[in-house]
Amino acid sequence: MVHMEYYLIVSTIMMFVGIYGFLTRRNLLAMLISVELILNSVDINFVVFNRFLFPGQLEGFFFALFAIGISAAETAVAIAIIINIYRNMRNIQVKNLDKMKW
Amino acid sequence: MDYSAIFSYMYTEIALVGVTAVALIYDLIAGKCGRRAFHGVICALLLLFIAGTVWPYHGETARIFGGMYIYSPSYVIIKSILAIGTLLVFLQADSWLRKEDTEFKRGEFYVLTLSTLLGMDFMISAGHFMMFFIGLELASVPMACLVAFDKYKHNSAEAGAKYILSALFASGLMLYGISFFYGTTGTLYFDDMTSGINGSALQILAMVFFFTGLGFKISLVPFHLWTADTYEGAPTAVTSYLSVVSKAAAAFALMVVLIKVFAPMTEYWQMLLYIVTVLSITVANLFAIRQKNLKRFLAFSSISQAGYIMLAVISGTPYGMTSLIYYVLVYMVANMAAFGVISVIEQNSGGKVGMDDYNGLYRTNPKLAIVMMLAVFSLAGIPPFAGFFSKFFIFAAAFEQGFHVLVFIALINTIISLYYYMLVVKAMFINPNDSPIASFRSDNSTRLSLLLCLAGILVLGIASSVFDGINLYSFGL
Repeated sequence: MVHMEYYLIVSTIMMFVGIYGFLTRRNLLAMLISVELILNSVDINFVVFNRFLFPGQLEGFFFALFAIGISAAETAVAIAIIINIYRNMRNIQVKNLDKMKW
Repeated sequence: MDYSAIFSYMYTEIALVGVTAVALIYDLIAGKCGRRAFHGVICALLLLFIAGTVWPYHGETARIFGGMYIYSPSYVIIKSILAIGTLLVFLQADSWLRKEDTEFKRGEFYVLTLSTLLGMDFMISAGHFMMFFIGLELASVPMACLVAFDKYKHNSAEAGAKYILSALFASGLMLYGISFFYGTTGTLYFDDMTSGINGSALQILAMVFFFTGLGFKISLVPFHLWTADTYEGAPTAVTSYLSVVSKAAAAFALMVVLIKVFAPMTEYWQMLLYIVTVLSITVANLFAIRQKNLKRFLAFSSISQAGYIMLAVISGTPYGMTSLIYYVLVYMVANMAAFGVISVIEQNSGGKVGMDDYNGLYRTNPKLAIVMMLAVFSLAGIPPFAGFFSKFFIFAAAFEQGFHVLVFIALINTIISLYYYMLVVKAMFINPNDSPIASFRSDNSTRLSLLLCLAGILVLGIASSVFDGINLYSFGL
């Protein structure tokens, strides 16, 4: 059987890849994908903790389910806003979002 | 558990769902004539809602759904303050919503705003981290839609993108923190989790992640970078909602979680809050000095006000909770008055929000200038107005717990803030201007909201029964 640590290593890597991507990507969709990586790593965490440490109950599974549902709703809104950005300025590069500074 | 308990303790949320549903259906079926009356209908409904839920019906704390939802009298007080803030925003938004390009979206504005209010209510009453998270997201996802409401305007679209990406990132970090709390304690219920918290290194890491997520919502300093841009780009009515109601709900929820769940880690989160508070107040004040756009200016002012609110959180006492609720109430009326003036001037002068545009305002629109002056006096904390008393209580709450240096730093910052608040007054009353904003007559609902705010600024500080009334209910959580 695969030990819990290996799952946690995967989820930690996903988390920090997501943070790195969010900070370095210069395209709004790529940033959104990076955030999705973070949210998915959290889901892995919850499910793994529940499965290995507290197998008698379902709290972690349910949290993961709800988190997936909510992140889908968030992504829908984020994509709608990104489409709106595209309509306004014909591309979705972060460097064009510089009307307001300081 | 029988269903009567749900209705007798969850009445605020159930009534709010009802109001939202009525707004949604009214938007669908109302004809031309009915849509013209929409503003009056929604304000009357909300007033009815506030009248029905403003005061706690039960004097004791109760738990329903197995502890997922917690009822407490102090929660009811803060919820009714948030609802009153929403009513003020609705009153001020009318002149903006009546414009041609937003008139057909009027219903959306009401429904989205009420949904965020519902989310905040659930977040405050949560007794389980899943409930807390769902409430937080219900409060922040529709908020992103509100920020990007003027979708054909470049600034509003940009503000929306900045807000939603920051909010997503913050909620991801917060969830990561919660997942480690689950891993180390094996439960997500607030009541059960406390006994499992021992301050191990992993839990400290988790607490920092969790705090980061909420810090984004309250816009404390290392996490404040979205604030100014979002506040500037969003429609002014949304900005005032964001700066007061959303922030107050998150600050209160943070205090509840820190005191109740993280009680065994008090020394750690107090240290964290200490640093964040000092940074918030100082950095935001220094940035506010150089702002030329009033909405950005108030954004930085609201960051520093959030820092002051953290003084109440750091004290962690029932007295601190009372002063937090009182501070939020006083800050709400003052900030709503300032934003109401900005909004009505923006609508009637073709979008002028610069500080220089306000030069000579007193000669053309003396009443608005005086309201704005009293609002910034209250924000700065000048004695006869309510802002002084709320600051005093908050400083006292932190001082009582031995945070002497922190209170001293905050006091120095109050003086700095006085300088930049006075810049607005100077622009309106002293600076000469050859072509000041033309004199105009503001619409009745804005007048009503400004009058209510003005009454709050003048009366709340002097009427000691307000503070005592809040204090009566903010015993243990």
